Amino acid sequence: MEPLTSKKKVLEQKPLTFAERMYLPAIMKGMSITISHFFKKEATIRYPEVEREFSTNFRGMHSLKRDEDGRERCTACGLCALSCPAEAITMIAAERKPEEKELYREEKYAAVYEINMLRCIFCGLCEEACPKEAIYLDGPIVPADYLRKDFIYGKDKLVEAPLEKK
Amino acid sequence: MDISFVIEKFILVAIIFGISLLIAMYSTYAERKVAAFLQDRLGPDRAGPFGILQPLADGVKMFMKEEIVPANSSKWLFMVGPGLAMLTACIGTAVIPWGSPITIGGRVIPLQVTDINVGILYIFGVVSLGVYGVMIGGWASNNKYSLLSAIRAASQNISYEIAMGLSIIALLLVTGTMSLKEITEQQHGFNWNVWYQPVGFILFMVCAFAETNRAPFDLPECETELIGGYHTEYSSMKLGFYLFAEYINMFVSSAVMATLYFGGYNYPGMDSMAVWLGPTWAPLFGTAVFFFKIFAFIFFFMWVRWTIPRFRYDQLMHLGWKMLIPLAIANIIVTGLVIAYIEKF
Repeated sequence: MEPLTSKKKVLEQKPLTFAERMYLPAIMKGMSITISHFFKKEATIRYPEVEREFSTNFRGMHSLKRDEDGRERCTACGLCALSCPAEAITMIAAERKPEEKELYREEKYAAVYEINMLRCIFCGLCEEACPKEAIYLDGPIVPADYLRKDFIYGKDKLVEAPLEKK
Repeated sequence: MDISFVIEKFILVAIIFGISLLIAMYSTYAERKVAAFLQDRLGPDRAGPFGILQPLADGVKMFMKEEIVPANSSKWLFMVGPGLAMLTACIGTAVIPWGSPITIGGRVIPLQVTDINVGILYIFGVVSLGVYGVMIGGWASNNKYSLLSAIRAASQNISYEIAMGLSIIALLLVTGTMSLKEITEQQHGFNWNVWYQPVGFILFMVCAFAETNRAPFDLPECETELIGGYHTEYSSMKLGFYLFAEYINMFVSSAVMATLYFGGYNYPGMDSMAVWLGPTWAPLFGTAVFFFKIFAFIFFFMWVRWTIPRFRYDQLMHLGWKMLIPLAIANIIVTGLVIAYIEKF
């Protein structure tokens, strides 16, 4: 057959030489290679104790941000839920009461904000859609769990810790 | 026979049995660690510091597993198989001299359970019995893969026993005795048999690999072709016994190799050490040296396993019958001629 490429190379299988049929030299060579790996540094990272450094554009668990006064930025506009291709975000909006001015920045806030981490594909579109800079995927890897219901993260897990009062 | 003799032997047997089980247990851990280090990994490190409790965790797991006996198996033989494998693996340790006679409180105690004058033949017999555990297990499982594996194990062991026996004959020409005790004593200091029988040692070692079903001769448990081989149908601690027996076999054959070719408990400079340490501690130091040699061999077994791929079955038979046996016979002839020449002149 006409060769299809110029890379064709005919390999001829030669009978083994006497030294090769002895096996031992080849075995010695292999053993020296493996023993050299015995003393090499292992590539493994002991994960839960040691974590590999993430790149700067890594997208991990979501966090709902607070502003400089420690008020929640989210105004429950629903753009993140709308932009979400996996339909992972659910929210219920509520009106801010006068005494809650310290807690929420806008008059409207998210009373319930849930992300189903099993649905989320960590694409970051919610982050891009948010007009209030309220949601960022800057957390760690979402940990494993046993039950499906435990993967629905509410505000208790998502909202940033409150600012330290000085 | 006085009662102290019985107690002394009983204690010795218990200690040796315990040590061989302990070593087999930690060989499983060592195997996984060595494999990991040779492949730039860490190996088990979760159970206890550096994972040293891993064998215990494995043992508990084995005991807790459900015991499944196949419906159409030969129930009795199915139970006998693992026990036989374990038994034949353990009784090989009886004739190995673990150290020179030790003096404790004025009593001289030989560190060997029994010094029978055909020690090598005994070892040889026990090793050939070892295949019965595999054969019975494979047959009783009523599984075609297990049966194939049992047949493989049987033919492999028979083929390699011939070469092994022939390599030992050359050694016997040198030593002139079959007692393992005398063979060890002849290798006093650095006068080891491996200097006189290098080819015999290599032959013996290759055959020992084949007899213990270790890589590259682990065809009886070749996963890709035979699922698990003879222990496909086994579960729970019966499977554990088979795996355990393999490691005890490895320990015993390491001990035999160290005794026959690497001087057993002898080491260079042992006479001055004996004077320095006294009659109680010097034999124990010799035993420690012996165990160091054994561990070196066990490490070698593992090192080879994680380096060399498995033989094909025809290659295995070719190596055994067409290369090792002629080589062993040539070794006997050359050894015999040299000894005859030395005696004549």
